[in-house]
Amino acid sequence: MEFLSYLISGISLGSVYAIIALGYTMVYGIAKMLNFAHGDVIMIGGYISFCAMFYLGLPNIVAVLLAVIVCTVLGVVIERLAYKPLRSAPSLAVLITAIGVSYFLQNSALLIWKAAARVYPPVVEGSIQLFGGRLTVSYVSLLTIAACVVIMIGLTAFVNKSKMGKAMRACSEDKAAAQLMGINVNATISATFAIGSALAAIAGVLLCSFNTSLMPTTGSMPGIKAFTAAVFGGIGSIPGAFLGGLLLGVIEAMAKAYISTNLANSIVFAVLIVVLLVKPAGLLGKSVTEKV
Amino acid sequence: MTQKMSKFKSLKKTTKVDFATYLGVIVVFAAVSALQSGGSLTRSAIGLLVPICCYMSMAVSLNLTVGILGELSLGHAGFMSVGAFTGIVVSQSLLDSVTSAPVRLAIAMVVGAIFAAIVGLLIGTPVLRLQGDYLAIVTLAFGEIIKELINCLIIGHDENGLHFIFNPAGNKTVDDLGLSATGTAIIKGAQGATGTATIATFTAGFILVMITLIVVLNLTRSRAGRAIMAIRDNRIAAQAIGLNLTKYKLMAFVTSAALAGAAGALYGLNYSSLQATKFNFNLSILILVFVVLGGLGNIWGSLIAAAALTILPEALRQFADFRMLIYAIVLIFVMLATNNPQAKAFFQRLLPHRRASAEKED
Amino acid sequence: MTQKQRERAKLVPVSREPALLTERDADKSPVLECIDLGITFGGLKAVDNFNVTIGRTEITGLIGPNGAGKTTVFNLLTKVYQPTHGTILLNGKDIHDLNTAQVNRAGIARTFQNIRLFGDMSVEQNITVAMDTQMHYTMPEGIFRLPRFWKEERAMHERAMELLSIFHMEDLANAKASSLPYGAQRRLEILRALATNPSLLLLDEPAAGMNPSETAELMENICFIRDTFKIAVLLIEHDMNLVMNICEGIAVLNFGHVIAKGTPEDIQNNPEVIEAYLGKKKEA
Repeated sequence: MEFLSYLISGISLGSVYAIIALGYTMVYGIAKMLNFAHGDVIMIGGYISFCAMFYLGLPNIVAVLLAVIVCTVLGVVIERLAYKPLRSAPSLAVLITAIGVSYFLQNSALLIWKAAARVYPPVVEGSIQLFGGRLTVSYVSLLTIAACVVIMIGLTAFVNKSKMGKAMRACSEDKAAAQLMGINVNATISATFAIGSALAAIAGVLLCSFNTSLMPTTGSMPGIKAFTAAVFGGIGSIPGAFLGGLLLGVIEAMAKAYISTNLANSIVFAVLIVVLLVKPAGLLGKSVTEKV
Repeated sequence: MTQKMSKFKSLKKTTKVDFATYLGVIVVFAAVSALQSGGSLTRSAIGLLVPICCYMSMAVSLNLTVGILGELSLGHAGFMSVGAFTGIVVSQSLLDSVTSAPVRLAIAMVVGAIFAAIVGLLIGTPVLRLQGDYLAIVTLAFGEIIKELINCLIIGHDENGLHFIFNPAGNKTVDDLGLSATGTAIIKGAQGATGTATIATFTAGFILVMITLIVVLNLTRSRAGRAIMAIRDNRIAAQAIGLNLTKYKLMAFVTSAALAGAAGALYGLNYSSLQATKFNFNLSILILVFVVLGGLGNIWGSLIAAAALTILPEALRQFADFRMLIYAIVLIFVMLATNNPQAKAFFQRLLPHRRASAEKED
Repeated sequence: MTQKQRERAKLVPVSREPALLTERDADKSPVLECIDLGITFGGLKAVDNFNVTIGRTEITGLIGPNGAGKTTVFNLLTKVYQPTHGTILLNGKDIHDLNTAQVNRAGIARTFQNIRLFGDMSVEQNITVAMDTQMHYTMPEGIFRLPRFWKEERAMHERAMELLSIFHMEDLANAKASSLPYGAQRRLEILRALATNPSLLLLDEPAAGMNPSETAELMENICFIRDTFKIAVLLIEHDMNLVMNICEGIAVLNFGHVIAKGTPEDIQNNPEVIEAYLGKKKEA
């Protein structure tokens, strides 16, 4: 029973990582950049929803919606101001700019909300009892897993069936050719960032509900882990982000429970390294061979 | 005759730049030393001297991997960490046997470099065949792993030698080391290293920077440097001319790690207490920012960026809360200005003499 | 010889197809023998039954329509692709287990269809880096600038200048490789390949993008290189003037198969070759 409890905990943690990783992977697929500021958009999502619930007394669902809207706008604004001017620049330059944006968001949050950790009220309270009371699963966990599944199905359908989704896939293959086919590349990239940031907001709400605490640095470590999950699953692959995130969460939960809390992260990273040595393009990634 | 002259001139150009770099470092060191002995430096400024030297060495060594080999490494702080704690252990263990502090410091830095090189070799051998972003994420992973592993170390020293405990479950303490009455604990698990005798000096920092410069510059201007740059510029062509990719990638990576280890040892011996969490992903990114801002492959650029970006937050201290925000904005702005084509054209118009000389070079 | 080598040797047919050896090379062993060489990608036989022998100082042409598999042959010879069947003997030795870098050290150098220079390095550095395997000073000798460093660097610098003089490019020695005009970049790639001291030089469309006078100069240069360095040259080309004039033997490739082999005269009059390039003559 303990095993099941850890497993569910791992799956819900993994679901959060998966949602974050989806944002990383979509942006990488199209803009070919690693958006290091993504983790901090999560944190902003947490703070916005916190303020909405705590200071404005809005009902939880409205708070979440508000966080999603604010983060979506934030993501698009960041893309337009900081990344679009560097579209033709080497990828390392964009990486450093993303780091600058990350610093900016973290320190703005520090200024506005101060460093002290806030107690974050879970967006849904309570839990259910299974197997005659031997297993307790919180509603937050259930909501997280459900959200992840819904997002996964929705995103896959969107990318494969909708016009914008097709445009995104075209842009991620060849931006110039897509433009020549009449696709508005700028709008497509902005839409990608918008979706990614909206997902980040949701992840922020769920993450903070899970941990019941919130600080300006809350998004940093989950951001790194989710980035790892995205690469693990094959960067640029949406099912890969999903798979990578879930696996990462489960491995982390199991490592914490059965091996060592202090080394849990190391074990997760060690698994990542071993997988990449065996599958150099990630679990579901495609290795791009250069034409000679 | 023209052949000999052009060879002479070309040798002179890179050698000129290199000597200017060495000269610049010597002059700045002499000037700052003079200011320090003259009492013109504030206490916070003096406190920055050794860290700046360490960061300069870190930036130059990372530039070897990122700028000259062309591989993104996001775990450089890990090598610094290995060097720091190795150096601390060595220095503290030799407290009684080697009484001269500078000698102890030198030994600590050399041992720190060696251990960091070994770690670099162990990591690099399997990992350097990965490409681009995948290599980057694995270096990041190793940086985090090193940090957590060191946090689990409990090390002490007494007349019987060194005592180690590896403490993953977190349930052991210093007492479990079994030290004799005269023994001391050096590294205490998550608490890190405490009670370290701080023997780092600005002079040692200067020597570290000079050695780093000599190694990196001379390596770059030798056949190994050419091979490394060829691998960066076109891996497939590099193979086609008979270069052993693994050998040269490892050479760059391990040299970079060793230099970071030496810098780490100096850094570690500058503080009486130090925790492994200090050498985290943020520090790796900080060094990377120095390298990118200074220019990939541009060694003297790394020196200036490291110094400037370490002094900047201190200089902005008066802005207290806002200073990191301003730092972030400055960083974004500088990246946009140096990389956006429109911005670059705009600045080139502002500086007509720069444009003229740039055209002449072509 | 290992067991594997012995088994593979059994696959070598006793009577090979007659090589097009010139009188000049008649008494020397061929530099390259490809025996039933081929590669299959999935179900597609990209190159099949490739049987070609190249004499020690022969200039051989490899021609064929686009997509025939010519560059694939180059990639097989340089082990960018591992052959799925057949044998390659370089100077009599089987190169089956060698990787790309080892093949170069064994004696094959190449240029690429899409130029692959070391763009950020200077013209001279592109050549001296190719001489790396002929230099022996170690990393510490390089860092501490010991005498062997100076001696070898000077020797290689002089040799690089000699090579550059073939194409009169000495005064471009310090220019950044990516700043050169297209034709100069192609010539530099040839010099870089030469710098590795090969026995066989593979040139992939060396005349691409050149005007007639540049092509004429290139033809002279290729012959000069062959005569001076006593090496063999295998070149892929679409410029028939160049091919017919300097190649002593020509192999024609179509859909991965060699459809004709012979002297330029043989090839020009071969109906299958004409059909491959121009299509079948329409029945009146």
